Amino acid sequence: MHAENEVHFRDAAAKALLDPQLRANFRRAMDGLIAKRLAQFPDPRDLQDLRDLSTAIRSRSLLCLPELLEQLEANCAKNGIKVHWAETCEQANQLILGILQAKGAKTLVKGKSMVSEEMHLNAFLESKGIEALESDLGEYIIQLDGETPSHIIMPAIHKNKDQIARQFSQKIKDAKYTEDVDELTAMARKVLRQKFLDADAGLSGVNFAVAETGTLCLVENEGNGRMSTHVPPLHIAVMGLEKVVARLEDVAPLYAILTRSATGQAVSTYFNLITGPRGEGEKDGPQEVHLVILDNGRSRIYADPQLRATLRCIRCGACMNHCPVYTRVGGHAYEAVYPGPIGKILTPQMEGVGVRHDLIHGSSLCGACGEVCPVEIPIPEILVRLRREATHSDVGSNVAGKGTGRTATEDWAWHLWAGVLKRPALYRVATWFATRFGKALPARAPLIKNWTQFRTKPVPARRSLTERLRAEGVSHE
Amino acid sequence: MSSPNPSASDSRTAILGRLRASGDSGPLPALDTAVLERRQWDPAERVTRLRKGMEAVHTEFLEAKPDTWAAVVRAFCDREGLKNLLYGPVSEAGTTLAATWAPGGPKLVPYDRPVETFKQELFGAIDAGFTGTVGGVAETGGLLLMPGPAEPRLMSLVPPIHIALLRASTIQDSFWSAIKALGWGRALPPNALMISGPSKTADIEQTLAYGVHGPKRLIVVLVDDLK
Repeated sequence: MHAENEVHFRDAAAKALLDPQLRANFRRAMDGLIAKRLAQFPDPRDLQDLRDLSTAIRSRSLLCLPELLEQLEANCAKNGIKVHWAETCEQANQLILGILQAKGAKTLVKGKSMVSEEMHLNAFLESKGIEALESDLGEYIIQLDGETPSHIIMPAIHKNKDQIARQFSQKIKDAKYTEDVDELTAMARKVLRQKFLDADAGLSGVNFAVAETGTLCLVENEGNGRMSTHVPPLHIAVMGLEKVVARLEDVAPLYAILTRSATGQAVSTYFNLITGPRGEGEKDGPQEVHLVILDNGRSRIYADPQLRATLRCIRCGACMNHCPVYTRVGGHAYEAVYPGPIGKILTPQMEGVGVRHDLIHGSSLCGACGEVCPVEIPIPEILVRLRREATHSDVGSNVAGKGTGRTATEDWAWHLWAGVLKRPALYRVATWFATRFGKALPARAPLIKNWTQFRTKPVPARRSLTERLRAEGVSHE
Repeated sequence: MSSPNPSASDSRTAILGRLRASGDSGPLPALDTAVLERRQWDPAERVTRLRKGMEAVHTEFLEAKPDTWAAVVRAFCDREGLKNLLYGPVSEAGTTLAATWAPGGPKLVPYDRPVETFKQELFGAIDAGFTGTVGGVAETGGLLLMPGPAEPRLMSLVPPIHIALLRASTIQDSFWSAIKALGWGRALPPNALMISGPSKTADIEQTLAYGVHGPKRLIVVLVDDLK
């Protein structure tokens, strides 16, 4: 009954809570991001209008998804971009390996791509003898330590500058120890510029793919995305199949709300539109551009009318910045590519609601994520839905691993509860005992322990409400 | 669900098939773009807004007139002691710049070869790159560029300083209205972009640092050609 290989968010979260440095790093960063986002939306009417428009654009894109993907493919082909389709991460990895090997590429320099994290592309390519180097500063920092991103926008947010200073002085050749952020950035610049110059291929994600023009849009501040996509002779872009929108003008409001929600910026440094490889007469740009469109469970999510909203996501990270759980435990505790609230609904749908049962319960359902989401994904409602899916095998449900989160203990508890409630006489006896002797129950008793471990044991009233009402002379309410 | 090594067209058919099987699509929600249409300013205010937005992220501005901008670019290069300036020899702005470039001082370097034979020099020996723009964005601040044969893509990216020529009359209200005005939705060159400032990062402790991978400085030569 119980799902195998269950991943325990509860344990990882408990461990993270004991790390004061980690908590301080996240608290400071999240407070800053919340304030910066708020400053970008001074007019609540503008914000709501922009959210409504963005939600409508993403909903429309999903409603026409198969047609838009075909249109994107046709227009990309017309522009000279080769389109590939992958049902699974393994297929996507093999496709990319094939493209690289066909060009004899040995080194790959990467712009930031969460889909490539989803594919564990770096480890796969390393195992095939191809160097995959992250070039986004945050990604570069965590790759040096063999870590995974703890935030989808700011991957190294769990580290402070002292930690990065130590790391750079140990891992970068001839680097001196400094805590000066400008000097640290300059060190990374020096190393990575040489890498851009030498790389055989570049890889990037895609923020928006435009069907009408066959264009891949990339949003970034650093310029490493442009370096990765324009300097090497080969550019490979990877995207989840939900990233397509119909028209280029649809991208403008999505972009406006993306940067404001993500980092509290009105605009990013670069908005890069790639519509083809090096054109006739051009002197630079890649000779080949490939686009890999990945499913990896998305078409399954798409099939459910309520859960489909998950695919509206534009990966801004605002839900995690505002999440009281994420802020306290940090991104790594989720042991998932996508942490925070969006990860809590996305990961279980991709990997199975049973194996990720802890994740869908690791929320207070406070609603902050749904309130700030720029495309109005009802994350709390979807969490509640997935909690049911984890323990029920409803006919017609398409959810991965449905029903596999059910446990014998929980089943037994609910049966007992229902049995008592269905029998008034038994209920009266039970409440009589609970009110008279509940106090005497040891806090360490099984089941009760789960609650009392972190909280005071609740003391039952001396008399039940029914008893009091009877004694005080109220027979009906 | 899928065999270990299906052919590419199998994956495509399977994915599109699953998406289509999800069927009943329902009516498309309407798009109310009023929030975007509200973003309108008169030409002079557009200039002010663009400057404010871009200066907030460390872009530097040099003011010029339609007949003085080339001299302004030259004066900047002299003042900064630049060894050289990369330019597009067949672009409109590049041609004008070269025609008035006085001998001596900073050298004009044409980007007239494929990058394969120019990479080392481009990365190691060029002090600044000069490009035109096809417009600007008032709402947030930003320059619109369409690199191509006349102005290669890496001119605005690799050299440590990027000098861009912007005519005030080409500044649009917003990115949305610029896309429409430039007809980008109908046809786009292989590369087009918006730039709002020098390259930056906040990946270390949320502390802003400029010049991480791209240019450390962005200089806008703003040509006052209003009225």
